[in-house]
Amino acid sequence: MSGEFRGSERYIATEELMVAVRAAMVLSRPLLIKGEPGTGKTLLAAEIARSLGMPLYEWHIKSTTKAQQGLYEYDAVSRLRDSQLGDPRVQDIGNYILKGTLWDAFECEARPVVLIDEIDKADIEFPNDLLRELDRMEFSVYETRRTVRALHRPLIVITSNDEKELPDAFLRRCFFHYIRFPDEETMTKIVDVHFPNLKRDLLQSALTMFFKVRETPGLKKKPSTSEFLDWIKLIVAEDIPATSLRVDDPKKLIPPLYGALLKNEQDVHLFEQLLFLNRRNVR
Amino acid sequence: MLVRFFLLLRDAGVPATISEFLSLLESLQAGIGEASAEKFYFLARTCLVKDERHYDRFDRAFAAHFRGVEEVFTVLARELPPDWLTQLAERVLSDEEKAEVLALGGWDTLMRTLQQRLEEQRDRHEGGAKWIGTAGTSPYGAYGYNPEGVRIGQDAARNRGAVKVWDRREFANFDDTRELGTRNMKIALRRLRRFARRGAATELALAETIDATARAGGWLDLKMVAERHNVVKVLLLLDVGGSMDSHVRSCEELFSAARSEFKHLEQYYFHNFIYENLWRDCGPRNSGRRGDRVPTLELLRTYGRDYKLIVVGDATMSPYEITEPGGSIEHWNAEAGRVWLQRLREAFPGHAWLNPQPQSEWRRSASIDLTRRLLEDRMFPLTPAGMAAAIDALV
Repeated sequence: MSGEFRGSERYIATEELMVAVRAAMVLSRPLLIKGEPGTGKTLLAAEIARSLGMPLYEWHIKSTTKAQQGLYEYDAVSRLRDSQLGDPRVQDIGNYILKGTLWDAFECEARPVVLIDEIDKADIEFPNDLLRELDRMEFSVYETRRTVRALHRPLIVITSNDEKELPDAFLRRCFFHYIRFPDEETMTKIVDVHFPNLKRDLLQSALTMFFKVRETPGLKKKPSTSEFLDWIKLIVAEDIPATSLRVDDPKKLIPPLYGALLKNEQDVHLFEQLLFLNRRNVR
Repeated sequence: MLVRFFLLLRDAGVPATISEFLSLLESLQAGIGEASAEKFYFLARTCLVKDERHYDRFDRAFAAHFRGVEEVFTVLARELPPDWLTQLAERVLSDEEKAEVLALGGWDTLMRTLQQRLEEQRDRHEGGAKWIGTAGTSPYGAYGYNPEGVRIGQDAARNRGAVKVWDRREFANFDDTRELGTRNMKIALRRLRRFARRGAATELALAETIDATARAGGWLDLKMVAERHNVVKVLLLLDVGGSMDSHVRSCEELFSAARSEFKHLEQYYFHNFIYENLWRDCGPRNSGRRGDRVPTLELLRTYGRDYKLIVVGDATMSPYEITEPGGSIEHWNAEAGRVWLQRLREAFPGHAWLNPQPQSEWRRSASIDLTRRLLEDRMFPLTPAGMAAAIDALV
């Protein structure tokens, strides 16, 4: 058992997240991560792998992904074609079994981290088809009558954006953690690890501005942590002074470079209107 | 102690299961979350709660439990009785069963006996750490979550009979008339799938390949076909009138379920009943945002007969709003609602009306009855079973 995950110099983990990761590590149960977009769900697996020196296997799910593809695929068409061409490889069916991500991870010499990203994108039965595999960490290859068993039970991190509900039987086998949107204190830490040389006053104004934008009622999409970091990057690149980020600046209706934060025109419009009303009230 | 906490959680509406509870114990044994109360809290939440919507319930239960076991117990003992039981009995018990209860001396007596039993048990088993034993002391058994757990004294066989009745009710919860979850809806909607092959040819057509290969004298000739896609087209009309407010949640669920299942899904909104206009946007009724109004006639022209029409509404209103010109409460309608409904029915032969009102109440409302007759009985309750029936009627 490798050490304990405590976040890294690039990733701030809260205490609750650390406990969740630890529990999943010790009991070798899959860890299901949900949370607002842009709170670092996908990054988590990579950061665990990096900080604990574990190999990482990523499996990104699309709407057409089948559970079987994560285990293996039998390429019958290639075999058929080879047989026509008289290729000697055709004698061994094993040549046409293509390993999936989970198979690779099961064969890994060290204990790996497996990321199953955006499981909710797949078909509604997808999680059910993986129940046994995730439970026992083994599966059998029908074509070669072989059972593949994990050498080391991998740490499986599953992310979901809640587009579909996951079946209860699946949830029961997972640990669950919901990454909450960071509060101002955590946010400061996050910005610190990304931009260690950022000026204090600039950060303060930017944070205030950011949380103000987030609190705007009725936004279609609230800006997320990753969008905030992009925005800061832009501000630093453009060398915008802290003063122009002040919310009460009467000359400015809308934050500079707002395109990084607000992603559709209704939101921009709404925000403008609110600021305008505010300004009138102040006078 | 933890067993009680677990039961309290379930009672608070967190759907934790025994295997999840066991994995919490396992984690504790492995030494995670021992260091501080906070860590224990995080660990318990990670193990037992699988949906952020339940976090709040968990928090409340956690706070209540760890403030002191005694207190929790009294609170629950207090909460257990009258309203809850009477209410439940009304829903659940058949007439014979009610008569039986009366024979036992009525609800009050029954409750008093039960509470007394619980008190006694608490004294007897307090501090016991064994899973079954502790569960047995728990009053939650009476709620039926743990039918095995209720151990009422030997002399109270009569009461036990009654307890069993409640237990039965809990199982009834599992049938498909229960409240809809998104997942249930999706599974019901799936029956509406009709597949057809459209788009790029990416799948091997086995039969054609064998045929073509044989014709080519054994030389492989691969034939591909397009992947199958769902081609059912759905036109969804949702009532956002005032009386629907209490059903908004279930409609939203239906909606999110329908969204991900169909490629061709058109949705419109109406207020109370269908007249000459529909709305594209369900914004607040009196917000003046009427720019996105769509004439119903346009709908009839735009969408082909192959669209399946699903109307979701409670059809609860004054019958005049359906039968009379000018009956609408919001504007002057030149033609009666029933005329418009008839036009829609003719334009879309595959149609069904889903009603979130419980089916048992349909008879009591004149307008529901009227609408149902107008639809020639193609009105179905908004439950998985109802949806399945509706879909059978659609295809």
